[in-house]
Amino acid sequence: MLTIPETSWLVVLPTLIVVGTGLLILLVDLWSEGPDRDGLGWLGIAGLVVTGIASVALWNTHEVSFSGGMAVDRFALFFNLLFCLGGILALLMSMNYLENTDIRVGDYYSLTVFSISGMVMMAAATDLIVFFLALEVMSIAIYALSGIWRRQLRANEAALKYFISGAFATGFLLFGIALIYGATGATDFATVQEKLAAAPPELRGMATAGMALLLVGFGFKVAAVPFHFWAPDVYEGAPTSITALMAVGVKAAAFASFARVFTDALGPLMPEWREVVAALALLTMVVGNFLAVLQQNIKRMLAYSSIAHAGYLMVGLVAVNDGGGAAVLFYLLAYTLMNLGAFAVVIAVGRRGQPNEQIDDYAGLGFRYPGLGAAMSIFMLSLAGFPPLVGFAGKLYIFSAAVHAGYVKLAVLGVLSSVVSVYYYLGVLAKMYMAEGTTLLDSPSSRPYLFACLLIAAAGTVLVGVFPSSAYELARQSFAALG
Amino acid sequence: MTEMVPTNYYVFLAAALFGIGTAGVLTRRNVIVIFMSIELMLNAVNLVFVAFARHFQSAEGQAIVFLVMIVAAAEAAVGLAIFISIFRNRETLNADEINLLKG
Repeated sequence: MLTIPETSWLVVLPTLIVVGTGLLILLVDLWSEGPDRDGLGWLGIAGLVVTGIASVALWNTHEVSFSGGMAVDRFALFFNLLFCLGGILALLMSMNYLENTDIRVGDYYSLTVFSISGMVMMAAATDLIVFFLALEVMSIAIYALSGIWRRQLRANEAALKYFISGAFATGFLLFGIALIYGATGATDFATVQEKLAAAPPELRGMATAGMALLLVGFGFKVAAVPFHFWAPDVYEGAPTSITALMAVGVKAAAFASFARVFTDALGPLMPEWREVVAALALLTMVVGNFLAVLQQNIKRMLAYSSIAHAGYLMVGLVAVNDGGGAAVLFYLLAYTLMNLGAFAVVIAVGRRGQPNEQIDDYAGLGFRYPGLGAAMSIFMLSLAGFPPLVGFAGKLYIFSAAVHAGYVKLAVLGVLSSVVSVYYYLGVLAKMYMAEGTTLLDSPSSRPYLFACLLIAAAGTVLVGVFPSSAYELARQSFAALG
Repeated sequence: MTEMVPTNYYVFLAAALFGIGTAGVLTRRNVIVIFMSIELMLNAVNLVFVAFARHFQSAEGQAIVFLVMIVAAAEAAVGLAIFISIFRNRETLNADEINLLKG
């Protein structure tokens, strides 16, 4: 007789809620008409709030189910909360951003929520194939979203570039998974780890080749140098709210899987991957920070800045067993708050038919719009790593973990490269406060959702920065669930 | 009974196909041909999975191939939609002429 394996549905509960929300938005979109479509955005936000509550309720659960394919543990739940936070902020800024575009809102909100469902699955995946499917659920939705403003030539081009480079990366990732399957005869993390620990040299060689291909795939997804070339073009061309989701959600999800795959399944190969990841991290920090200095467009500048931040995060992965894992989780929280805030300011500065995306357009805004100027100052200083903001605490945890792990040179070079970053972040502030300009903005009071989003991000950036210890403790507990 | 073809022959063949696909992505200029090259890469991976499934005498690798095919089909649907919207606006699918974004 055929026996059906016992299944714990709790494992997929957060995913089901997010997917259900996306389907609901599609359905409601069919029956609602008219120009005022904020309801669909609120529906998405409500779904993400419920997902967050479910994740908190599951906090003490630790289960693996679906034949070892998916897990609910603190690591996955921490990332669920992060995606819910990022998703809610991105939806809030979208509700005001979409007014100035002619994007179809039903498609937009449902695809956004579907991409978040892929992220939630990625953090929970404990099987290489489940991970691959989750990655594609996320990526395919984002490909479509980056080109959703169909009449915009730049959005078309961004979608094309993201799609081609993303699909290309998928090929490498999948070949890596196939080689690891060949070396171990399994795809679930527990068995792969067990088999690799006892593998004879020739199988270990094949698994190492697979690991290298996986690294190429991950390199593309997190935009690590030398696999970063798509990022500036895509970030510039995509709708700004989607760029924000891409910079924060996609990167966090990719790092969640990166950490899970490389410390869990490929843990026995750590001597092989550690130095390679360290070299990539160094290259990513240096190239990202130096190229950001040259940018004239704020979205391109933030793209190179996000490349540099991927480098810092990879430093955390190199030191993963010496507190680096928890530091990565904390840094992703910090990065979500400050980077989404920065993108919200970019949206606030844009108007219909007048995106104001050049850094020169920011001239004089600091005095004429003091609230916006203060918010941008908080986000830029935090991204540059000034105390007492959250970016400083994040960098401190990452680089002290690297020193702890014996990577002193890497930490020193990382800190030096982040000194370069001060130049371009403060460049924006100098423009805002020390130059004369004529750019006019829509008044913040006419854009309440954007205002709320800015307020949450700024409050988070300051508060978590001043009191980092409880958030760090949360990150530490969450990462401990992996071991 | 005839002798079976060793598994590593299949893996080398797949690696060659994967390399041809990669070269196609890097050298071709028409985005549809680039996309075909990516499909070739994915199918090379499918060959690896099937070969290993035979090697281990397990159905798992065969099942994975179906999942990969589904994903490839979904990717194709979105990709072709992107190509069509570009062609409508620009009347070209040459990667060298799609160059608004740079810096």
